[in-house]
Amino acid sequence: MSRLSSSPNSDQNSSLKMTDSSDPYNSEKLKTIVTDLLQEATAQGASAAEAGLSVESGLSVTVRMGDVETIEHNRDKGLGITVYFGNRKGSASTSDFSLKAVKETVKAACDIARYTEDDPYAGLPDEKMMAKDILNLDLYHPWDVSAEQAIALAKECEDVARAEDKRIINSEGGSVSSHSGIRVYGNTQGFLDGYNTSRHSMSCTMIAEQDNAMQRDYWYSINRDASKLEAPAEIGKHAAQRTVSRLGAKHMPTCQTPVIFKAEVAKGLLSHLLAGIRGGAQYRKATFLLDHLGKQIFPEHIRLDERPHIKGALGSAPYDNEGVITTAHDLITDGVLQSYVLDSYAARRLDMQSTGNAGGVHNLYINHDDVSLETMLKEMDKGLLITEVMGQGVNTVTGDYSRGASGFWVENGEIQYPVEEFTLASRLQDMFMGLQRIGNDLDMRGGVITGSWLIDNMTVAGS
Amino acid sequence: MSYIDTANDILLSPTGLEVNDLQNVLDQMMGNSINRADLYFQTTRHESWVLEDGIVKEGNYNIEQGVGVRAVSGEKTGFSYSDEIVLPALNQAANAAKTIARAGQQNQVQAWKKHSSHQLYLPIDPLDSLTTDEKIDLLRQVDAEARKQDPRIKQVIASLVGVHEVVLVASSDGTLNADVRPLVRMNVTVIAEEGDDREQASSGGGGRVGYEYFTQEDRALGFAREAVRQALVNLKAVAAPAGTMPVVLGPGWPGVLLHEAIGHGLEGDFNRKGSSAFSGRIGERVASPLCTIVDDGTLDRRRGSLNMDDEGTRTQQTMLIEKGVLKGYMQDKMNAELMGVESTGNGRRESYAHLPMPRMTNTYMLAGEHDPQEIIESVEKGVYAVNFGGGQVDITSGKFVFSASEAYLIENGKVTQPIKGATLIGNGPDVLTRVSMVGNDLKLDTGVGVCGKEGQSVPVGVGQPTLKIDSLTVGGTA
Repeated sequence: MSRLSSSPNSDQNSSLKMTDSSDPYNSEKLKTIVTDLLQEATAQGASAAEAGLSVESGLSVTVRMGDVETIEHNRDKGLGITVYFGNRKGSASTSDFSLKAVKETVKAACDIARYTEDDPYAGLPDEKMMAKDILNLDLYHPWDVSAEQAIALAKECEDVARAEDKRIINSEGGSVSSHSGIRVYGNTQGFLDGYNTSRHSMSCTMIAEQDNAMQRDYWYSINRDASKLEAPAEIGKHAAQRTVSRLGAKHMPTCQTPVIFKAEVAKGLLSHLLAGIRGGAQYRKATFLLDHLGKQIFPEHIRLDERPHIKGALGSAPYDNEGVITTAHDLITDGVLQSYVLDSYAARRLDMQSTGNAGGVHNLYINHDDVSLETMLKEMDKGLLITEVMGQGVNTVTGDYSRGASGFWVENGEIQYPVEEFTLASRLQDMFMGLQRIGNDLDMRGGVITGSWLIDNMTVAGS
Repeated sequence: MSYIDTANDILLSPTGLEVNDLQNVLDQMMGNSINRADLYFQTTRHESWVLEDGIVKEGNYNIEQGVGVRAVSGEKTGFSYSDEIVLPALNQAANAAKTIARAGQQNQVQAWKKHSSHQLYLPIDPLDSLTTDEKIDLLRQVDAEARKQDPRIKQVIASLVGVHEVVLVASSDGTLNADVRPLVRMNVTVIAEEGDDREQASSGGGGRVGYEYFTQEDRALGFAREAVRQALVNLKAVAAPAGTMPVVLGPGWPGVLLHEAIGHGLEGDFNRKGSSAFSGRIGERVASPLCTIVDDGTLDRRRGSLNMDDEGTRTQQTMLIEKGVLKGYMQDKMNAELMGVESTGNGRRESYAHLPMPRMTNTYMLAGEHDPQEIIESVEKGVYAVNFGGGQVDITSGKFVFSASEAYLIENGKVTQPIKGATLIGNGPDVLTRVSMVGNDLKLDTGVGVCGKEGQSVPVGVGQPTLKIDSLTVGGTA
């Protein structure tokens, strides 16, 4: 998929990668650099400062049509500092860890803070909120995989996919990637910690053809521990089956219908919820869920909670991006909104406490019913099963939802044929209140965990 | 001073590297079936200033540099990079990149060739084009201008971003070329409130210029007024219709249509691999005869323009669709070579840490003959869409979407009520066959586009005249 947007700032924060046995950076050395950064900031007159630093390395390979297509060696590092002069703030970052660069970066941040204005809410988090006894969450499982071994796995994945069905006529390849890194964070209140993490993935994208129309689909597995990845043959088979199942897609008539969002697309609906209850959206009054704390936003059977301390999980973290301790807590109980998603700045603006969510949420779980997707199709009887949504048509200020989609038409509780080139529209408020069932087909990939959603009614625009 | 001298001074000299060293590194890589190797040196300085709640509360400065090393052997690519521009790191990256090689023919590094370059923009450092006080004052003026338009404006977020980038490309095919690329961007987002209804709207622009661009021709204040106008229009919007109907697209940024429906599908990599809905269709009719579409990296000071692409190839205007017939694809060196054509100067990458691939620059449709008013009057019942959030495409099935952020109903040839944002969906290879009228009002966007492909973002431009599509699916609820 390719997309065009008019977003004002393409993200300049370098994503940081590493892993070479020759890597000279260990945790103690990186902590020393953070300490130097904070001392330099104080020396240059800052009343408070916080600094983060990361080093990451990795390998990505792609095999296409049975042969190696790319071998990429990644190795990234970066440091960033934020200084406070009272309530004035400045930030700077660089990939250069030399002492000279550290001094220059601190100076750049201090220069900026001379021009920014007093923001009474700016500053470090409340000291009492900082993580103290740091949990080891088992997030680091380095994978000593050579390029040759990674190629062999990617090839197996692709070979199985290509052999699965004769309508598979082309491939975008099988890929394997492995990354591990370390991140250190410290501030002038004395917080200083760092830990290693790893992340490995395997994916496969196939192209099938029927009646001169091509379809593409993919499957992937991701885990912090490579031994827990799905087997290459399973990923390949799944990718091929998903691709072939889209062949012969028909158009939809314009209509109203119940809709099941398959687990991997239902995650997206939870991300729209998060956009609406994030602190920034609340204090800017730019959300369809403004001041909804304590209000019913889902049916009574819905509970949503954050579980940041699950060992080895992709979304786990002992503390957030500003060192605030993460805690297990409910966001929604009996369908009622219990908590916003706050960092310390938003918390001060709203006269609340940080929820340990600077940088995002950590393993969000929505409760599910003990029903399979198959049973849900039967319960729906007639309607749409959505497997892909496209485009940016979600307005989280008003809740208006209108996106391109594709999937399957269901009748008599069974999939009849694939459908494409239509839109689905409603309002997020109505979609959430219309959530009737959540399946037990949980998609565990990533930090937001859900099964498939059955929503009572949406508008389809088609031909 | 030539760009190569400037790049040499900034990128190589400080660490004692010389151009001859680059030739040696490339030489080492060229054994065993490697048919091209290249080095991409880059340094980027980036700053941003953000105003919110009436005060400038955030500023950020970032400096990055590094070198990307690529070895190509047929369809295979080996890639490595380093954020340290010194000879040992360069050699290490070169060794990693060439692991792609298998036993095969030995190729030679060509002697450096002379390159003629465009000068589409000045080699300035935009970060120095205004003083910090002037930058902050500009944001304050924008804030005041937006707020004074209407008491319903409750929040203004204004940002100013500047980038100064210097790149040097050295390739085994004899390319030694450099570019100095300024880029600035301003954005204004406002939130309007009336009773319990809230709407957010944004406006902005920029290009390969200094910040003074925003103080000229009332541009910055114009962005503020435009964001307010859109937010207030949307406060009155009613539900959009659902179904297939005639759609008139306004000029400029609605060219997102071309970028998604046509542009990505005509990138060389997808066509070389046969994964695009446009693969193998050169010479076929894919649009109405009214449609002529080009990609043009040579427009003066535009956001999507480049003196050379990221492989050192001079940019050009590339005919994609001429009077409805598919004429050509956009190519980088690797895909051009594999398809037996020349690079079109579309080899682009997000940074030294990313691989180049065929990407768009400024993609637009040439003007037609109709008066825009006449086009609207020709529609009995349909939609007139003038602003968009963005779009997305599946290049294999050809299905694309783009989401309107400002649109109106057309009833009996007249623009009537504003409607809520809705997604429009279609099929790339046939949507333009339904273009029945093209306006005489070609406009390019204001310089806001960010294109994402395979995880890499690059700045691009789009444009078009007003045009009418006889039937397109509109994703409303009414």
